[in-house]
Amino acid sequence: MAEPALRSATVSVLVENESGVLARVIGLFSGRGYNIDSLTVAPVERDGSKSRITVVTRGTPMVIEQIKAQLDRLVPVYKVLDLSEGPHLARELALIKVIGAGEKRAEALRLAEAFRARVIDATTESFTFELTGATDKLDAFLDLMRPLGLAEVARTGVAAIARGMKTIY
Amino acid sequence: MTETDGNGTMDGTIAAAEQMSSGSEALLRALKAQGVEVIFGYPGGAVLPIYDAIFQQNAIRHILVRHEQAAVHAAEGYARSTGKVGVVLVTSGPGATNAVTGLVDALMDSIPIVCLCGQVPTHLIGNDAFQEADTTGITRPATKHNYLVKRSEDLVRVVHEAFYVARAGRPGPVVIDLPKDILIAPAPYREPGEAEHRSYRPRTQPDPRRIKEAVALLKRARRPIIYAGGGVINAGPEASRLLTQFARMTGFPLTATLMGLGAFPASDPLFLGMLGMHGTYESNLAMHGCDVMLNIGARFDDRVTGRLNAFSPGSKKIHVDIDPANINKSVAVDVAIVGDAAAVLRALIAAWREDSTPPPREALAQWWERIGLWREKKALRYEQPAAPGSVIKPQYAIERLYQATQGRETYVTTEVGQHQMWAAQYFKFEQPNHWMTSGGLGTMGYGLPAAMGVQVAHPQALVVDIAGEASTLMNIQEMSTLAQYRLPVKVFILNNHYMGMVRQWQELLHGGRYSHSYSEALPDFVKLAESFHAVGLRARTVDELDGVIAEMLAVDKPVIADICVDETENVFPMIPSGAAHNEMLLGPGQDSPGRPGVTDEGMALV
Repeated sequence: MAEPALRSATVSVLVENESGVLARVIGLFSGRGYNIDSLTVAPVERDGSKSRITVVTRGTPMVIEQIKAQLDRLVPVYKVLDLSEGPHLARELALIKVIGAGEKRAEALRLAEAFRARVIDATTESFTFELTGATDKLDAFLDLMRPLGLAEVARTGVAAIARGMKTIY
Repeated sequence: MTETDGNGTMDGTIAAAEQMSSGSEALLRALKAQGVEVIFGYPGGAVLPIYDAIFQQNAIRHILVRHEQAAVHAAEGYARSTGKVGVVLVTSGPGATNAVTGLVDALMDSIPIVCLCGQVPTHLIGNDAFQEADTTGITRPATKHNYLVKRSEDLVRVVHEAFYVARAGRPGPVVIDLPKDILIAPAPYREPGEAEHRSYRPRTQPDPRRIKEAVALLKRARRPIIYAGGGVINAGPEASRLLTQFARMTGFPLTATLMGLGAFPASDPLFLGMLGMHGTYESNLAMHGCDVMLNIGARFDDRVTGRLNAFSPGSKKIHVDIDPANINKSVAVDVAIVGDAAAVLRALIAAWREDSTPPPREALAQWWERIGLWREKKALRYEQPAAPGSVIKPQYAIERLYQATQGRETYVTTEVGQHQMWAAQYFKFEQPNHWMTSGGLGTMGYGLPAAMGVQVAHPQALVVDIAGEASTLMNIQEMSTLAQYRLPVKVFILNNHYMGMVRQWQELLHGGRYSHSYSEALPDFVKLAESFHAVGLRARTVDELDGVIAEMLAVDKPVIADICVDETENVFPMIPSGAAHNEMLLGPGQDSPGRPGVTDEGMALV
């Protein structure tokens, strides 16, 4: 029996903003052998009482269903939403440091403009770009920067939300 | 600190503060409001304020155990035999870490426990203080949920919430970590609220559409089987009553998991016995050959399914579970019903009556004929030589114990291993909550402290720990607790000098190389019992067995009965790891349906 194909899932989890809740979610993934491709977390309510965790994970359809069910049974979890089941927007932000001079430096800047990356810091021999977009766009930009003196990357991981009127609440 | 002059002229807040008791007193008041009658615990520096508060009240009884692991198992025995939440109190650091095995045991078997752990004062947390451990970190994957109380105003709310979480939905253990300063400082009290939990609201009522689909399948079933698990027992005695009603109105055969024994009367002709690795021949073949399976409150554990891709290959599967995460976890099912077992059974009974489709009676009769042929195999038979001086077969010892306990309210606990399987096979349970065993975690040393907890809950009943000599040594110190509280628990040891299940696997799977499974230097259990103020008895041969059992049951004191049994006996039937239900090994002199040999993949399984 062939293993069913893996799929990627972007899951948003609305949680009580209390100490240990992130450890619970991460511990669930490590303890049960699930993948985490990216994970972001921040408070989203005005009073700071709830946080939203966005996890990008991979697995067979049965494992993805398991992940959602396991997340949902954690006591401080309000809601689990599998955004990849419908149209959604997923973005991440990267800060990218490129060190170089001459033609390479100029080429880096031209490509940054094509990708609509913003220059947020510069020296005579370096640029730091800020780039927002879908994960594959960031990956493509980083591939282009590699031969041009890519020195360091900081990425936020994915934040995602459903298209249209649909909300997590 | 609260400072008031106590003359009644203060405003409301301060007047309330004036009445505030210490955190420890508020804690005990909250426990009392939750209906707690008994705590199993062990003191230490961090929990001294709680012990001081316990000293000054009489509402809640405290049982002093001899090891924190035993406190949790005792609370489990108490919880499983009463349906209430078991309560544990341990100190910080080693107190908490010693409790971890018990917590995981309760997590795996869905037992409601609230475990109160002492902690170093809040200002010392993270400082590697004396007897400090990161208890919430360590117990996070060992509990259903855990709390660290950092503010006095949260204390009582957390206690009430912990009881709700422990018993709601699929029950489980909850830890509350209590820093010492929180136990000393004044804490406001409030009664348990009616308010719903903010985020945790497990579904208990089934979706009526799924019930209809299930009944549609069941009405057309030609070879049905009901597969009942511990969830039925956790749902309360009413669920067992409804299960019995449903099975009898449908005439369907019923098998139960290790955890589900007692959910349905073993004496009922519809009962096929336990299923799984050491289940009966008829149960496993009926599971393999059924066309519709109704799983109520079981989780397709690997001990039950055997090789997954050969598990009940031709059947439509209905799965009833209160935990949605159990559904489609290892076995894909056709109809999934999330809900409490009692609520689901009630709905199934009503829908079965409403659906006018006549069930295929003739097909069901033929199915029963096939089951009858499997039953005739009598795969649980064994040979007990009757001549005086003959060695005792462990199966016979349990059958004689079972017969001797008829007519008495009897609770049975077990340790883990061969004796546990024989107890499950040969002791017949007619009611729920009378059988406590460590199923999921398989914790050697569970049975004696669990029996202690059962006896505390049911002082007049007969409580027997069917034990192995190796397992019971893992918590033998609790004999001292039995003596202190005059708990007349009977420890019935099937003594074969081996870790029997390890020995069995070594014989069948590892070429008879008995690596470290023989106990060279066992204690004299009779003298051991006497040194713990208990009665020690020994049966060496078959003619001594009944006398020892009779004496054990007659004594109103704790007893260790050392039953010397055949050292080479194995548990059969056995589905070897990685094999299918129709590839069972049967006992000596019985034709097995197929001797698969053990595959390399099977060898890697536990």
